[in-house]
Amino acid sequence: MSNIITVKDMCLWYGEHQALKDINIDIPSKSITAFIGPSGCGKSTFLKSLNRMNDLIPSVKITGDVKYNGKNIFGSSVDVNELRREIGMVFQKPNPFPMSIYDNVAYGPRTHGVKSKAKLDDIVEQSLKDAAIWEEVKDRLKKNALGLSGGQQQRLCIARALAVKPAVLLMDEPTSALDPISTSKIEELTIKLKENYTIIMVTHNMQQAVRISDQTAFFLLGELVEYGNTETLFSTPKDKRTEDYITGRFG
Amino acid sequence: MKNKKAFENMIHGIFLMLGLIAVGCVLLITVYLVIAGIPAIREIGLFKFLFGKTWESTSANPSYGILPFILTSIYGTAGAIIIGVPIGFLTAVYLSKIAPQKIKAAVGTAVSLLAGIPSVVYGLVGMLVLVPGIREIFHLADGASLLAAIIVLAIMILPSIIKVSVTALDAVPKEYEDASLALGATPVETYFKVSVPAAKSGIAAAVVLGIGRAIGEAMAVMMVSGNVANMPGLFQSVRFLTTAVASEMSYSSGLQRQALFSIALVLFLFIMLINATLNFFLKGKKGD
Repeated sequence: MSNIITVKDMCLWYGEHQALKDINIDIPSKSITAFIGPSGCGKSTFLKSLNRMNDLIPSVKITGDVKYNGKNIFGSSVDVNELRREIGMVFQKPNPFPMSIYDNVAYGPRTHGVKSKAKLDDIVEQSLKDAAIWEEVKDRLKKNALGLSGGQQQRLCIARALAVKPAVLLMDEPTSALDPISTSKIEELTIKLKENYTIIMVTHNMQQAVRISDQTAFFLLGELVEYGNTETLFSTPKDKRTEDYITGRFG
Repeated sequence: MKNKKAFENMIHGIFLMLGLIAVGCVLLITVYLVIAGIPAIREIGLFKFLFGKTWESTSANPSYGILPFILTSIYGTAGAIIIGVPIGFLTAVYLSKIAPQKIKAAVGTAVSLLAGIPSVVYGLVGMLVLVPGIREIFHLADGASLLAAIIVLAIMILPSIIKVSVTALDAVPKEYEDASLALGATPVETYFKVSVPAAKSGIAAAVVLGIGRAIGEAMAVMMVSGNVANMPGLFQSVRFLTTAVASEMSYSSGLQRQALFSIALVLFLFIMLINATLNFFLKGKKGD
């Protein structure tokens, strides 16, 4: 399995505060990688660096190397909008636009220049099917997306992210605002999606990491403490801090 | 305990009374305007009054047609909106989404000051700068015209449009914008395709507020529009509904005076209509 994202000695500062310290990690393609760790450990910050959403915070400074498909994502030749198209994102709180379901999914393709109605129809249908929500919404595509339940909204957001045909999907605690049934639907969906997409998911829920991920990375105080095969990491952690965290001694 | 309750009730009563003062004023003005405005309309005839093209209140054979005033007010307001809304709206997008904090604060202060300048000062500057300017540029005999009034009004409505639009745009949840950016949309695409649509009811309210301000303005337009009861043309000296009332009231009598009240009634109905529209947009905002 090839690595789609490779990170070398990456550090990140918010002003004077160093939020990430010497992160080194390789993320294999078409798999699920989980980031775990207590609140404020830097896992979300790291995730948002991968599609450069941290650029939007003025005081952020990043050093080191982050390569996507062998290309430095902070390089001057990189088109950040194209990078974000290829590395999609699903947020913690479902955030559909206050528009119709159809327009939500069509927003990305339209932005990237798809104008043909027939083509958009196809993309919308396929994306909603891939996000396992087509059956629930196919009769009300023109209805406002805010009328959906939280779990449906989140799957709609996944469909919206898939509609621009990304290679990687970053998910920032995508189920933390959802009920258990919606959560398990999203988990099933992610497992299905890894056939075609590389998924990186921040989760505060260790059981979730065990259930769905292939690799797990444990973050603590801005450091990547341990990274490896999920089963190995949870059964025989190498680092004492990892062991303490996964056995529930802190966090 | 009993005392406390009585005190509470008393305070509630006082607040209710204070609240009713505003309601009472509105009712009083409405009733007064209707009573004062109807007789002249009856005597002149509604159609002749509203659609008559000549206003000669002081001639030996007076005629009271206010169509010139109505059209002037509509054209003047429309013109101000056509110039003021794009400027105000784009300024609001810039201030809310693009401008660095320092510039936002500086421009915000300037906009607040603009809102606080008395309208007579707008009129004065318009009279001294705009009117001669228009006369020179367009080679007119007199620069006091509908165009001058439109420009002054456009500037006067800027603060309301900018402030209300900025508030609406600031209230757009950041999550919407993040989602758009994360899909690979550029910031500018995001502002116009996500932020602005999400704030559209607030922006519509801003425009309606601007319309209300423009149609109700008297002093500034009186000073730059020439104040002659012509049918409106861009370079004509014109008279607005507001200025029609203001300029003749001091020396009017009889039917002329009553007709002025009728004009005020028409103006009042326009404002009511605008307010109803505003309420409609604000309610729409809550329903989202």
